[in-house]
Amino acid sequence: MNREKVSTPPSHFDMHAAFARDFLYAPGLLLAGLVILALAAFMLSLAVGSVRIPLRDIVAVLLGGDAAKPAWATIVLQFRLPKALTAMLAGAALSVSGLQMQTLFRNPLAGPFVLGISSGASLGVALTVLLAGVAVGLGGSTTLLAGISLAGDASLALSAILGSGLVLLLVMSVARRVQSGMTLLILGLMFGYTTSALVSVLIYFSVVERIQAYISWTFGSFGGVTWRQLQVMAPAILLGLAGGHLLMKPLNALLLGETYAQSLGLNVRRVRLGIIGSSAVLAGVVTAFCGPIGFLGIAVPHLCRSLLNTSDHRLLLPAVSLMGATLALGADIVAGLPGSQLTLPLNAVTALLGAPVVIWVILRQRNLRQAFAG
Amino acid sequence: MSNGSVLNTSALSIGYRRPRKPPVVIASDLNFSLRPGELVCLLGPNGAGKSTLMRTLARLQPSLSGQIWLDGRPLADLRPGQLARRLSIVLTERVDVGAMTGFGLVSLGRHPYTGWTGSLNEQDQRIVQWALQAVSAQDLANRLTVEMSDGERQKVFIARALAQQPSVMLLDEPTAFLDLPRRVEVMELLRQLAIENNQAILLSTHDLDLALRNADRLWLISSDGDLFDGAPEDLILNGAFERVFSAEGVSFDRERGSFHTRKDNCGRLLLHGDGVTAFWTRRALERIGYAVENDNENGNSSFYPARAASQAAALGSITVKLRENGAIYILDMAGRKDSFSSLNALTTYLRRAGAGGNADAKADQNLHTRR
Repeated sequence: MNREKVSTPPSHFDMHAAFARDFLYAPGLLLAGLVILALAAFMLSLAVGSVRIPLRDIVAVLLGGDAAKPAWATIVLQFRLPKALTAMLAGAALSVSGLQMQTLFRNPLAGPFVLGISSGASLGVALTVLLAGVAVGLGGSTTLLAGISLAGDASLALSAILGSGLVLLLVMSVARRVQSGMTLLILGLMFGYTTSALVSVLIYFSVVERIQAYISWTFGSFGGVTWRQLQVMAPAILLGLAGGHLLMKPLNALLLGETYAQSLGLNVRRVRLGIIGSSAVLAGVVTAFCGPIGFLGIAVPHLCRSLLNTSDHRLLLPAVSLMGATLALGADIVAGLPGSQLTLPLNAVTALLGAPVVIWVILRQRNLRQAFAG
Repeated sequence: MSNGSVLNTSALSIGYRRPRKPPVVIASDLNFSLRPGELVCLLGPNGAGKSTLMRTLARLQPSLSGQIWLDGRPLADLRPGQLARRLSIVLTERVDVGAMTGFGLVSLGRHPYTGWTGSLNEQDQRIVQWALQAVSAQDLANRLTVEMSDGERQKVFIARALAQQPSVMLLDEPTAFLDLPRRVEVMELLRQLAIENNQAILLSTHDLDLALRNADRLWLISSDGDLFDGAPEDLILNGAFERVFSAEGVSFDRERGSFHTRKDNCGRLLLHGDGVTAFWTRRALERIGYAVENDNENGNSSFYPARAASQAAALGSITVKLRENGAIYILDMAGRKDSFSSLNALTTYLRRAGAGGNADAKADQNLHTRR
């Protein structure tokens, strides 16, 4: 590997690395750039959609004034603003959670859902939607069916919270006992498989309409979150993000592995509980309100590590939050197919846009180790 | 504690606890101490418990019974941060830390001293620079660890352990992945660090030769849990090496301080000559199974004075003659003299002679380089 490196002429990567290293002496500048990028995406997401609203009117509405058309104010305040805020919070939450899991488990494939959090939420939702469906199928009453879909959104969020909360408690109680992170990772995977199996059993015995309702929940969406729900979601996520940022020093120590971290004076078990706790709250809350949104949580940490060429969490945590918010907004804008009445499933967009980017980043590095501490 | 040691143990028992079963005891009743400024090497066969002892001393795993004192305080009573400021460890496992510079890696060693963000103040920065300098790795400060060679990486990890400013440093096989020159370099570096910083350094290794040359003391740990503590030379002279490694199918050569497995079963040869060439001739002959006796011109059989009298029993003799274009080896055996221009030719001839008898060897004479 080394000999190979010596014999090749300075490549694009080497120049990029040198550039990034010098650039790191001004990390504030870089973070400021990411803030501007996130703000730009935020404004753009308010401006575009099925109706295009000029920037001037958006600023006026946000500052409490009137737009050129009264309908625009309603669109911005009632639909686009809560959706944009949800997207930013969810993107930041999933990315921070993914970064924490990748560092804790020293595994580049880890993401916010490795511990089975989203599977727990899925099970909760499946139980509500599909079991109700079974009841409807047996009773054959169409009025009951209509009643459930009216209660829909709130009960879905509630059952998802219950499901992910249950898995969270299970994982935390196991994490207090087990010695190694690897055991925990495998247990998380097994939780995931078990809950997915239960979900498939439920699907198997359910009626078509209910299955469709369940599947459309799994597509993920930022649009279903109301102002009232945001009052719960925003504080929970901001709390989780703050908790995640407080753990930057232990996360840096964990780059050396749990043994070294312990030899540096870290209480590994307590730190592990803290990381899993904040990470699970972040992933669980997002899944509860927006559905299981894939990909962002795995991809954004890789993108940031590669862009900043560092694995220092003091820089990575804020960078990942901002980048996650920006990309979630971007994915939501694309999924809304601006100028049309159609929308795409959010999960399809995040993966379709994100996967090539990550592939490009990874291939460019030639060596995963350079992209990740793994 | 009162004898000036930084770390000592009394009746320490190490091993593993198992749920619902009696614990696995690897070694028990260990009593030893580490003093500031000394380099101690821990040697022993695989599985004897070198790593377990290291991990127990670093409190990475609990002891089964007994006491460990660090800086005069029971190890168990120290808070994690206090322990990290007194003791640091370098592990065998190769850790990939991703995109991190040498400076960044060494600065992780300041964790027990920094605040919640882990940011370095001016003093921390100075200590990180000092640690890099102490292992002469200033040039690695801005290099990414993934781009470093194994030797460079090991130096940076040692610097990281130094940056913790410990009174005791533990290193688990620090020379394991290194080539020979790097091994010598790392070992001498550690010896120098122990003296300059007045730190106690304990390292485990399989590098017998380096340990014998550099360690102030050796701890020999045997498969059945005995620990022999003493100067390297003491342990050679009192037979501790033989006892520790006797069950491992090798024998220990006290004269040269090394292990060998081959028995001298081809007979004895006398060696005339001295200097480096004679030394390596001896090594070559011993490698193929001959017992060699030096028979120098001045009559000084340095290694085996007692056996020098029994020349009559030798199979023959070898005389090393130095010429301007290299050495010539003259073999006087079974009433005839053959000369060889290289040790390869000599040993090939002797191996054939030993394996198939002299008749075959004579038939093959033309194959050898003879002049």
